[in-house]
Amino acid sequence: MAPSRDGYGKGMVEAGKKDKRVVALCADLTESTRTEYFRKEFPDRFIEIGVAEQLLATAASGMAAYGKIPFIASYAAFSPGRNWEQIRTTIALNYVPVKIGGMHAGISVGPDGATHQALEDMATMRAMPNMTVMAPCDAVEAKKMTAAAAKTAGPVYMRFGREKVPVVTTEKTPFKIGRAEIFRHGTDAAVIACGPLVYEALIAAEKLKKEMDVMVVNNHTIKPIDAKTIIKAARTGAVVTAEEAQINGGMGSAVMEIIGEHYPVPVERVGVKDRFGQSGNPDELMDLYGLRSKDIIAALKRAVKRKTEK
Amino acid sequence: MKPVTDIAKLEKIANNIRKDIIRSLVAAGSGHSAGPLGMADIFTAFYFNILNHNPKQPMWKERDRLFLSNGHIVPVRYVTMAHAGYFPKKEILKLRKLGSKLQGHPERMRLPALESTSGPLGSGLAQAAGYAYAARMDSRKFRVYCITSDGEHDAGNHWEAVLFAGKNKLSNLTAVVDRNNIQIDGHTEDIMPLEPLADKYKAFNWHVLHIDGHNFREIIDAVQHAKAVYEKPTVIIAHTIPGKGVEFMENRFEWHGAPPGGGPEDVVPKGEQAREALHELRTLGGKIRGEHE
Repeated sequence: MAPSRDGYGKGMVEAGKKDKRVVALCADLTESTRTEYFRKEFPDRFIEIGVAEQLLATAASGMAAYGKIPFIASYAAFSPGRNWEQIRTTIALNYVPVKIGGMHAGISVGPDGATHQALEDMATMRAMPNMTVMAPCDAVEAKKMTAAAAKTAGPVYMRFGREKVPVVTTEKTPFKIGRAEIFRHGTDAAVIACGPLVYEALIAAEKLKKEMDVMVVNNHTIKPIDAKTIIKAARTGAVVTAEEAQINGGMGSAVMEIIGEHYPVPVERVGVKDRFGQSGNPDELMDLYGLRSKDIIAALKRAVKRKTEK
Repeated sequence: MKPVTDIAKLEKIANNIRKDIIRSLVAAGSGHSAGPLGMADIFTAFYFNILNHNPKQPMWKERDRLFLSNGHIVPVRYVTMAHAGYFPKKEILKLRKLGSKLQGHPERMRLPALESTSGPLGSGLAQAAGYAYAARMDSRKFRVYCITSDGEHDAGNHWEAVLFAGKNKLSNLTAVVDRNNIQIDGHTEDIMPLEPLADKYKAFNWHVLHIDGHNFREIIDAVQHAKAVYEKPTVIIAHTIPGKGVEFMENRFEWHGAPPGGGPEDVVPKGEQAREALHELRTLGGKIRGEHE
């Protein structure tokens, strides 16, 4: 068990060792965003911004235009929550390599409540041209993702969770930006998941194994999306998407766009259904908002039923 | 580029730039008049005297960086760059046209040496400050300039940047405020009062200078003065006349967002506005006879 934000911190340090152009900026959340790991290693390449997310994005834009590779971090509710326009104009349209880490994303932030539970970031960032959007399934993948982000020419958004979640990948698990990985083969239905819901999907597939043979896809890159692997999953005839974000416009929507255009099959979405979160402990909230393996199992059954009814 | 030091020559260049701003806006059929005309002297001073740059090698690594935060006045920058030799002057007639490098608001990826993409207000100084910070990390010698409008001082993002530059003592950064006292909805002091503006900057640990933004000697001297201030960033509050050079546009906020031919008609009817503006600039307000009239 480890929080995916740990991977962000470690990945930044790795990127910083390999490339001295890497710098880190943080908006008064250095410890909880794990930017601290980078600050300890490279104090001269760390810039404290204060509680100013618009400045976080725009100062990073200037540094990137100069030739640095800035990683900027805050809670996803504030960045890209508050500074979306600055990211759009000065980073995405301006096409500079700023790497945006949105921490404490999803409802599992828990007791902080709805203000701090970023659920719309997938939809808002996915709508932005030039932006790569990713959500790692665990801390190990988060580290690879962060290190890989440093090497791309353009802007990147990555979302990470606060809570410790099971680690399902290893150092050897393949990772490539823009390529979804099939974690479990199956022929009756497929779950396309990202973030901590990948683990829940694997549990669901395992629990259902006597009933149906379920493929599980780790779709860590929401944009540019891996249409080929999604169509492969659609060939099972029934698809469930699962994410810890609003279902409107999120990863599931992106998958439905591909399936609707290229290989229409029944799709059921697991995610937060157009409502805000609230205070509670993370487990209670994941249960209440229907983001568990049992919810994926129910969705799989609905999807398979629709497939056979056709 | 070799600096032009003769003030009379700079004034003549600025007048020609104003004429081409009118031509460019008329060709575009939309755009802003007041700000570009009001800033023609300052842009002329930068491109023909102050900046260490090379129009034939726009991305020369040691160039001074000029950021424009209030992107809507970019016609003055495009026209000045054309006059300085960055691209052929005839390109200014493509302002705001499909496929043009000269977008309605500036885009860094479309035209070399714009340094940033701007239009949404209040974000330019932060980018310039980030740039200046990064340049100082690498001990680079060039200077970073940022032109801002007074109206965009309403924006929180701008003051975040003022805090940041003050904190980090970014003495390689000089900001210029186009203090023309107008914004789209009216006079700045009615919309959201900014005064005492100099005191605000001083309180944020900036060095502050005031100049007449139409006096070349003052513009150039202020920038040189800023270079000598080592412990702080400098802001030059440049008092300008919006619409400068075209009497029926001067000091009127109604001309903020209108091109010649699209502005208020109480003095000059729409159909006559472009011709009248060019006539006034050619004759220096009726002081001399126009060449082709």
